Parts: sequence; C-alpha cells; structure tokens
Amino acid sequence: MAAEVLNAPGLLEQVAAVARRSVMRTLRQRALLVFPLLFPLILFAINGSALSAATRLPGFPPVSYRAFALAVPFMQGALFVAVTAGTDLARDIESGFFNRLALTPLRGGALLAGQLGGSIVVACVQSVVYLVVGVATGVGIASGVGGALVLLALSILISFGFAGVGTLLAVRFGTGEAVQGFFPLLFVTLFLSSSSLPRSLIKVPWFHAVATYNPVSYLIEGVRSLVITGWDARALALGFGFAIALVILSLGFAVAAMKNRLVRT
Amino acid sequence: MRRFLFVARAVAWRSIHNTLVSPAILLPSIIFPLFFLAAFAGGLSKIADVPNFNYRPGYTAFQFVFVFLQSAAFGGVFTGFAVARDFDSGFARRLLLSAPRRSGIIAGYTVGALLRWFVTATVVTIAALLAGMHVDGGGIDLVGMLGLGILVNLGAALWACGVAMFLRTEQAGPLIQMPVFVIIFLAPVYVPLKLLTGWIHSVASVNPATVALEAARGLFAGSPEKVALAFALLVAGIAVTTVWARRGLASAERAG
Repeated sequence: MAAEVLNAPGLLEQVAAVARRSVMRTLRQRALLVFPLLFPLILFAINGSALSAATRLPGFPPVSYRAFALAVPFMQGALFVAVTAGTDLARDIESGFFNRLALTPLRGGALLAGQLGGSIVVACVQSVVYLVVGVATGVGIASGVGGALVLLALSILISFGFAGVGTLLAVRFGTGEAVQGFFPLLFVTLFLSSSSLPRSLIKVPWFHAVATYNPVSYLIEGVRSLVITGWDARALALGFGFAIALVILSLGFAVAAMKNRLVRT
Repeated sequence: MRRFLFVARAVAWRSIHNTLVSPAILLPSIIFPLFFLAAFAGGLSKIADVPNFNYRPGYTAFQFVFVFLQSAAFGGVFTGFAVARDFDSGFARRLLLSAPRRSGIIAGYTVGALLRWFVTATVVTIAALLAGMHVDGGGIDLVGMLGLGILVNLGAALWACGVAMFLRTEQAGPLIQMPVFVIIFLAPVYVPLKLLTGWIHSVASVNPATVALEAARGLFAGSPEKVALAFALLVAGIAVTTVWARRGLASAERAG
C-alpha cells in the first residue's frame, strides 16, 4: 500500500493526464468547436452592420460599429466555453466516471485543472479566429500587434474564468441539464452590459445602473479598449482585475464544491 | 378526419401539459424574449435619436413588435426540440405505431407550439406595457398583428417538426434553430430598413421576414403597410413548410 502511494504520479502528471483526455474529447466533438465559433461570428456580422446607424449618435466613439462590436464575440465565446466545460464534467459525473476517478490517488484540484484543458483549447482557437475575422473584415487594432497579443491573453483569461463557472455548476449540481439551464442566465449578463452601446449612451436609467454594476461591462470594455482606443490603463486594469477575480472565485468555489462531492462519493 | 383530430388533440394536450408542468421547458421560451425586450428596448433606446428614425409609438414599441414575432418563431423552434427529444427517448416511435392517422401528429405538435406561444406572447406584452410602451394601432390592427404572429409560429413549428423528424435526434437542435435565427436577424431589427446600409440593407430588402416585420410594425403604429404581401408570403411559407414537415414524417415512418 505504502509503495503504491509512493508510486502515485505527481500533481503535474495527474493534471496532464486528465487534461489530455479533456483535450482529446473536445477535439473529437467537432460540434462543440463549430457552433460556439460560428454563432458569435454570425451575430458579429449581422449586428456589426445592422447597428452601424448607432455611430451617428453624438458621443459614439469615432470608429466603425464593427470595431466597437468586435469585443462581443470574445465574451459570447467565453460563455459557450462555460457551458462546454460544465457539460463535459457533468457528463463524467452522470456516467459514473467521476466516481471511479475518486477511487484513484488523483487529487481533486488536479482533476479540476485537467478538466479545464479542453476548454482552454476551445478558448484559444476561438479567440484567434475572432481576432483574425475581425482584422480580415477591416477592423484595425488601435493598440497594435502588442495590443492584439494582450487582447488574446485577456480573452483566454476571461474564458478560463467562465470555464470555472461552468465547472462549479457541474460539480455543484452534477447534471448537464442543470449546467445548460444556467446558460440563459449567463447570457443575460452579456445582454445587460455595455455590449451594444457605450454606457454613456444608455438612456434608460435602470439599464444604465445594471450595466454599470455588471462586471461583464468591464470585461468587454477591457477587450474593446485595445481595439478602438489603444492602451487604456484604466480599462485594462478593470478588465484584467475582474477576469482574475472571476478565475479565483469560480475555481475557489469549484474546488470547495469538489471536496464536498468527493466526500459524498 | 375524426381520427386526425383525435391524434392532433392528444399530441397537442401532451405538448402543452409537458410545457406547463416542466419549468425547464417553459421558462426559457418566456425568459429569452423578455431578455431580448429588456436588452433591445432598454439598452438600445438611444438609437431612436438617430436622424430619420421616426417610429411614432417609440423605440420600446419598435422592439416589442420584433420580440413579439421572434417569440412566435422561437415558440415553433422549441417545439422542434420537443419532437427531437421524443425521438431520442423512443416515445415518438411508439406514437408512430399507435396513431391511427399520423399526420395528426404534426398538427398536434403545431397546435401545442401555438398555445405555448400564446403564453409567451401574453407575458411579453404585459412586460412591454409595464415598461410604458405606447400602442397606436386600433383593435383591427392589433388582431392583424396577432394573425401575423400566428402564421410565423405555424411556419416555424412546421419547419422545426420537419427537421426533427428527418434527423430524429436532439443533436438536430442547431440545425432547427440556426436558419430561423439568421432569417429573423437579417431583418431590420434595430432600425428601420431605410437606415440600414451596406450588405445588410441588400439582404434585408429581399428577406421575407422584413416584410412581415414592417407589416407588424405598421399595424402596431396604426399605419398599416405591406400587410397583404406579408400575409401572402407567410401563407406561401406555411404551404412549403407543411410539405417539408409531411416529408419529415414520411422519412420517420420509413425509418420505423
């Protein structure tokens, strides 16, 4: 028994093993890659043109609406990552695979971190695609090549945070249906933000207040600032700050919920 | 005919019953339109200040009409999800075996979609009125708008039933939803057609959903336009989707 414990793989090996499985599973389910990739791009194409009249409003930034709206697909993609991550883990819980893993020396934290591997792959692919499509449709990145790299980093960090939210929901509720049931709620956070217009142009008081207190507004504005403004320290600090807070909180709660679930198991 | 009505009534009853007793099915079809109404009418109300935007009842009403028709279309789409779910669970195959007149199955699901949409439309209308929406259209105008909504719902439900019966799996969801979503959003959602520019203006100009949306907005504002054309296009669309759904049913029958 003691020898077996001594031979147990290290934390990194454990994370790598679970992550490899998660990545392979994600790559095998192409629908999981294609739909979250296409849907935000279709909305970007439609809204980028359909709302171009908004640029004629006094106070609208002096850029095309497409440039203004480019931040939105990154957020929508992150929300899809949350659902993908949560549904994958919930499926493992429902199928009993999670229970079998709990009987191995695998640590809860390693299982959690590894499970997010597939989501990170999705996040990386879709962030690069959104950026390339944006640039290909004529959107200039005001902060330059360095800004584009920072944009990718912020976008992946946001996706990681939302993947943590999906994981938390999966561990807490244990069913894919419950995770998907929360999707509309996650989407609301995007609707009730400054995703479509700058906050200064939101006329309805209650909506303005909600958008101001909604952290998603600052995540979007962080990404957007790199595209339309350049290097805006305040927007970036708020964007990265909220993204890091989301990662810490979602993963922290997920780890705690994981401990409870492993105890129950 | 009696056997057709018997099957249709039984399927419609089951569809409504499942919807009303299962919040997981009912709530998304109500909540999504409310979110759209809040996001568009609330978050984008400043769009009404764009030069040459002149919809008399105001921006909330402008967006309400869109959400009204969108909820009608998605009421039909959600029914397609239910059909697909019934095939995945094996219930639909048992239904095919037991129904004395199978075309009644399509009619039943379609009636179920319509009744479900009435619940959603009522909630959305109450929410818009509470938000201070102005209604300029008269009684006849509003009945006309309701008629357009019913036809949109029927067309979408028949489309969704057809896809679900051809593919017979819940994985058909994106294929059921995506075309409806794209057609609806390629209409003048945020501003009138005359304020659209570029490719979206070209596409919206030939999109049948634009005619339905403009007709409904005209009726709601009490100044009807393109109403006959909108009804004609929707009836033609329903004729096509009826054939599509019937073929889907035949495909499901062949698959056994």
